[in-house]
Amino acid sequence: MASTETGTAPDAGSVEAGLDALETAVAGRPPFRQTFVRKILPPVVATAVVLVVWQALISLRIVDDPTKLPSPADVGGEFRRAWLEGKLLGYIWTSVSRGLLGFLFALAIGTPLGLLVARVRFVRAAIGPVLSGLQSLPSVAWVPPAVIWLGLDNRMMYAVILLGAVPSIANGLVSGIDQVPPLFLRAGRTMGATGLKGAWHIVLPAALPGYTAGLKQGWAFSWRSLMAAEIIASSPDLGIGLGALLENGRNASSMSMVFEAIFLILFVGIAIDLLVFSPLERWVLRSRGLLVKS
Amino acid sequence: MATALAKAEQAQTVEYAARIERVSKSFAGPAGQQLVLDDISLDVAPGEFVTLLGASGCGKSTLLNLVAGLDRPTTGSIATHGRPALMFQEHALFPWLTAGKNIELALRLKGVPRAERRGRAERLLELVRLQGAYGKRVHELSGGMRQRVAMARALAQDSRLLLMDEPFAALDAITRDLLHDELTRIWTETGLSVLFVTHNVREAVRLAQRVVLLSSRPGRVAREWRVDIPQPRRIEDAPVAELSLEITEVLRGEIRRHGQH
Repeated sequence: MASTETGTAPDAGSVEAGLDALETAVAGRPPFRQTFVRKILPPVVATAVVLVVWQALISLRIVDDPTKLPSPADVGGEFRRAWLEGKLLGYIWTSVSRGLLGFLFALAIGTPLGLLVARVRFVRAAIGPVLSGLQSLPSVAWVPPAVIWLGLDNRMMYAVILLGAVPSIANGLVSGIDQVPPLFLRAGRTMGATGLKGAWHIVLPAALPGYTAGLKQGWAFSWRSLMAAEIIASSPDLGIGLGALLENGRNASSMSMVFEAIFLILFVGIAIDLLVFSPLERWVLRSRGLLVKS
Repeated sequence: MATALAKAEQAQTVEYAARIERVSKSFAGPAGQQLVLDDISLDVAPGEFVTLLGASGCGKSTLLNLVAGLDRPTTGSIATHGRPALMFQEHALFPWLTAGKNIELALRLKGVPRAERRGRAERLLELVRLQGAYGKRVHELSGGMRQRVAMARALAQDSRLLLMDEPFAALDAITRDLLHDELTRIWTETGLSVLFVTHNVREAVRLAQRVVLLSSRPGRVAREWRVDIPQPRRIEDAPVAELSLEITEVLRGEIRRHGQH
C-alpha cells in the first residue's frame, strides 16, 4: 500500500498529460491552393459555362431575336451605360438601403416576438400556428393591401418587408429555443441560472444556431418581398430601385435592361448572404464544433 | 487518512453536508402512482465521500436530483448548506463558451466580481491539470478533458457538497482510472463532501469512505459498508477487489429477488 501511496500522484499527472496529447486532434487551416480549387474555382467555371452557352445561342443563331434574348455584350453595354451615367450604384443603394433597414425593423420585432412565443404557453397556442402559416404565404400577397392602407410610399415597402421577414426570424428563434438540450437547462439551474439569468446566459446562446438560420432566411424573405413590392408598386416618388428598374425595362421592351435588373437582384441577394449571413452562421457553428470541414 | 476519518466521524454528530431524512418519492406512472424512493435516510458528513450504488431502477439519480434541488421529495426532507454542485454523466459544458469561460460563468452566477474570475478559473484548471486549456473550445477537448473541465466548473460553485451522477460512466477504462486518481486527489486537497452515484461496484469501493447499496423498485437503503482501505487506492488492489466481491454478491441477491415473482 505504501508503494502506491508515493507512486500514484506525480505519475497520474504525466500519464494524463500524455493521454490528453494523444486525444487532442491537430487541426490547421487548409492551404490557399486547396481553398482556391475547392471553393473559388467551381463557381467561376459554372459562370463561364453559362456565358459560353449564352453566347453560343446568339452566335449560332439558335435564338435570333434580341427582344427575347439579348447578347451578353448588349447586357454588358446596359451595365456600362448605367455606370457611366452614375445611376448603377443609385439603383442598388435604393433597394439595399430599404432592404437592410426593413430587415433591421423585422429583427427588432421578430426577436421579442419569437421569445414570447417560445416561452409563454398561451402566446404559443394563440399565434404559434399563424406565425408558421405566414411563412408559406407569399409576401407579394401583402402588396395590394399595403398599397391601399399606406399609399405608394416607403412605409408600404417596409410593411411588406416586415410581413415577409418577421415570421421567419421569430420562427427561427422559436425552433432554436425548442432545440436547446434539457441537460443545458439542468446544468444552468444547478449553477443558479434561473429566470431571466437563465434566459440570458443559457437559453439565448444555446438557441443561437436556430436563430441565425432564421436570420438568414429572414433576409432572403425581406429581399424577395421588397423586389415584389418594387415591381408592382412603382411611383416617381419612390425612386428607382432594382425592382422598378426591371419594371421599367419591361415597359420599354428592353430585354437587356430586364436582364440587367435580374442580374443585379441576384447579385445583391448573393452578396449580402456571402458577406453577412453565411460568415455569421459559419462562425456560430464552427465555434461550437458543429461545422464538419469538407 | 485515519485522522481525517476520525475527524469526519466526530463532525458527523454535530454537523452534516447533506441530511436526507425519511425521503420518499413517487411519480405518476401508467399504473397510478409509482413509488421510486421509499423512506431513505442518509447523512453525508462534512468532508465525507459516499457512493450510492445500485442496479437500474433503484432511483439513485432521482435521489441525486432531489439533493440537488432540481425536484422535490413527495415526503420527507432534505437539508444541505447552500446549493450543491452537480456533475452529470455527460459533461454538460456549454459549447458556445471556451473551457475557461464555462468556469467563469459558474463564478459569475455565484457573484464573484469580474476582476477575480479569470485568475480563479485558471487556478481551477490547474487543479484539474488542464493549465493550457483556458481558451479551448469544448469540441477541441477529449472526453476525459471535458469531464475534468466539468469538475473544475462544479468546484467553481464553491459549495461544500459535490454531487456526481455517474460522471465517468461514458469514459474509456484508461481515462476512467486516471480520473479516479484525480478525484481522490482533489477530494483530499479540498476537503469537499462528495455524494457519488454509480452502478460500478469497484468504482464505488475505489473511491468511497462509505458505500451505500440501494435496492431497486422502490429504492431503499439495503446495506452500508465502511471502506477503511487507505487512499490513494488503485482499482486493482486486493482489498478493493475483495470488498467489491462481497458487495457484488449482496447486489446480485437484491437483483435476484426481482426475478422470483
